[in-house]
Amino acid sequence: MADDARDKADRDQATADEAALSARLRDLGERLGRHHPDRPSDGEPGQRPSADASAMARGFRLSTELVAGVLAGAGIGWLLDRWLGSSPLGMIVFLLLGFVAGVLNVMRSAGVIPTNTPARPKD
Amino acid sequence: MDPIHQFQIKNFFTFGKIGAAEIAFTNSALFMLIALAVITWLMIGATASRALVPGRMQSIAEISYEFVANTLRSSAGSEGMKFFPLVFSLFMFILAVNVIGLIPYTFTVTSHIIVTASLALLVFTIVIVYGFWKNGLRFFKLFAPSGIPIYLMPLIVLIEVMSFLSRPLSHSLRLFANMLAGHITLKVFAGFITMLGAFGFFGWLGAIVPFALVVAVTALEFLVAFLQAYVFAILTCIYLNDAIHPGH
Repeated sequence: MADDARDKADRDQATADEAALSARLRDLGERLGRHHPDRPSDGEPGQRPSADASAMARGFRLSTELVAGVLAGAGIGWLLDRWLGSSPLGMIVFLLLGFVAGVLNVMRSAGVIPTNTPARPKD
Repeated sequence: MDPIHQFQIKNFFTFGKIGAAEIAFTNSALFMLIALAVITWLMIGATASRALVPGRMQSIAEISYEFVANTLRSSAGSEGMKFFPLVFSLFMFILAVNVIGLIPYTFTVTSHIIVTASLALLVFTIVIVYGFWKNGLRFFKLFAPSGIPIYLMPLIVLIEVMSFLSRPLSHSLRLFANMLAGHITLKVFAGFITMLGAFGFFGWLGAIVPFALVVAVTALEFLVAFLQAYVFAILTCIYLNDAIHPGH
């Protein structure tokens, strides 16, 4: 009972801190907005900026995305095989899944498909 | 002549042991400390005058602040500004370490995957912890995009989880591979110059070609050093945005 109350108090404290921090940030944003009228003071995170300052960096980025997907799949498959003794099934399945995830990563970072869902519920 | 030799870790002195592992002060640690000293000097020393019209160094400090703040604000929104200290520290540390590594006879800390992996895992852990702390179980919406037929859901969730788990890998691999490949390329081309020089006058004449390449690659490496710090920072922002607003 007492623990619950303390937990609740802690959480209230945390949200109060959070609110205070947000208020300070907003205040700072408004003051900065007066100095920089070109900058939106409360920006909805709009279009994701493309991190492609040069073509080479972009190419490197896409290739590592694919490699990372395959490596993650291989790693998980290998671990599962070790734990469950299901060799080589886990490796086969997760290597394929990793490849799919890698392709998904590449398409996402190239901006071919929007990140996650197109239909964005307002919340 | 060995192009890998530059990445060797040297122990300067040993603090002690944890289990069988030695805890030593290495050249890597030394260059991390140097980078830290440079950043501290830039951020505290150069802005100490607080001139209304900034001097040269104060301008650099202010520009770097503005740059990171704008990056963070545009990709994670103003809610993401809570993470400004993290993103700014990461950006400045990686940038300083990369640029210091380009000076001859220095050591490039980010050419070791253990360093970049620990930085990437730090970001990954923060995304998970903050995501669950802020959104609770709604954080799982990150793995289940809406508008997917129910019979496809298990497969999609599995793929999304894999894609999420591969993030720290690609995050760390990119920085590490870029720095490693760039420094090896520089060393190999520079090695060609002395090798050709062994053939006498015409050898030295031919060595002009690799020499020009080394100059060009060095310029490129400065670009890469900055660009990789920027890419690391912007990906951190994008991942943090997922933790702040999951499910869209």
